[in-house]
Amino acid sequence: MVGAGLVVIGVGIGIGRIGGSAMDAIARQPEAYGKIQTAMLIAAALIEGIGFAALFAV
Amino acid sequence: MRRKFLLKLLTSLLLIIAFQSNAQNEEHRKDKVELTSKEAEKLERKEYIQHHLQDSYDFNLFSYTSDNGEKKHIGLPLPIVLWDNGLKIFSSSKFHHGESVAEHGGNYYKLYHNKIYKTNEVGIINYDQEHHATNVKPLDFSITKSVVMIFFTGLLMFLLFTGLAKSYTKNNGIAKGAGRFFEPIVLYIRDDIAIPNIGENKYSRYMPYLLTIFFFIWFLNMFGLTPLGVNVTGNIAITFAMALLTFLITNFTGTKDYWKHIFDPLGDTMPWYGKVPLYLILIPIELLGILIKPFSLLIRLYANMQAGHIVLMSLIGLMFFFKSWFGSTLSFGLAFAISLIEILVALLQAYIFTMLSALYFGFASEEHDHHEEVHVQ
Repeated sequence: MVGAGLVVIGVGIGIGRIGGSAMDAIARQPEAYGKIQTAMLIAAALIEGIGFAALFAV
Repeated sequence: MRRKFLLKLLTSLLLIIAFQSNAQNEEHRKDKVELTSKEAEKLERKEYIQHHLQDSYDFNLFSYTSDNGEKKHIGLPLPIVLWDNGLKIFSSSKFHHGESVAEHGGNYYKLYHNKIYKTNEVGIINYDQEHHATNVKPLDFSITKSVVMIFFTGLLMFLLFTGLAKSYTKNNGIAKGAGRFFEPIVLYIRDDIAIPNIGENKYSRYMPYLLTIFFFIWFLNMFGLTPLGVNVTGNIAITFAMALLTFLITNFTGTKDYWKHIFDPLGDTMPWYGKVPLYLILIPIELLGILIKPFSLLIRLYANMQAGHIVLMSLIGLMFFFKSWFGSTLSFGLAFAISLIEILVALLQAYIFTMLSALYFGFASEEHDHHEEVHVQ
């Protein structure tokens, strides 16, 4: 249970960082908005998968 | 014209059923709360949520307890199809919602924990030491609630998209009706998902699969949000089947370069005695990677939809937890907000499944140019 909680915290930090970095990137290069968004979603989805795997292991 | 009418009829029927069942469900649960003690109530809430998440043998719209304490279920019975020394087909109404033993052709069947077991006349279930039923389980091909929804979605997609395709020829290349809404989405999947990930030359043969999987998941996710109580994409068997398709397509369309990347990623850059110890570690990892990719697809979709349904149902359950104006207000506000997020998630999950499938197809079908250059030198 504690492990699952820790994993979720990690996943939260990870996705937060991805979102934040994507925001920075879009602010720097607004014309690459679409590409950055796609890359962001893929990375976030991959991390999220780990989070769910941990939750289902409980 | 006729098809259009049929579509409208189907949609309106669905909406009517949806709203009615929702209203009735709420009423039924309010009645229940007054009847039972606190502990039993807690258990019932839990059971209600779990029951909602599961597949079932009848299309239950709502159930209630009548004035003389009788439990009534309103809904459609669905056909049960079993393979038990021959094909057995009968209606699920014979089970009376799991309350009685169904008899068909001299055999007796009983519903136990949402599974069909073969029993004797009185319906005795035998247990082993770990309290698992030891009765024979016949092979079950029943048309369950999920299967009905899959058929319905399939039919809907067939009518919508053949209609869209036909309207191009009829209308000088301009989409008509609902097609106007779906055309940009189809184009988006082609131009922003398939082409960047798979490449200009090869994307076209993957397009039918990508479009099918996208709209199938999206429609089923959206049906899951209606109060019909269907949770098709939150069923691990169904996400497994879809991930399996992606897995098979990825590996059967894999090019020489794809397999070379797995079994011989270093190529000519290293002599064989250097490769052996490295490949002892690398090849198992790459082989596992083939399996982990579709596995993450199936878990992601299943978990997201399942989690969304649990959260929504729990928030509605708050109403019966607080039993005051405060609980209802809180429950309504939160459930409304989560419902809006769920609409986004329904689309996002369909998008991510399609996107990652396209990405894997891209890996499988890519051909490296630099290998050829090396050979020329």
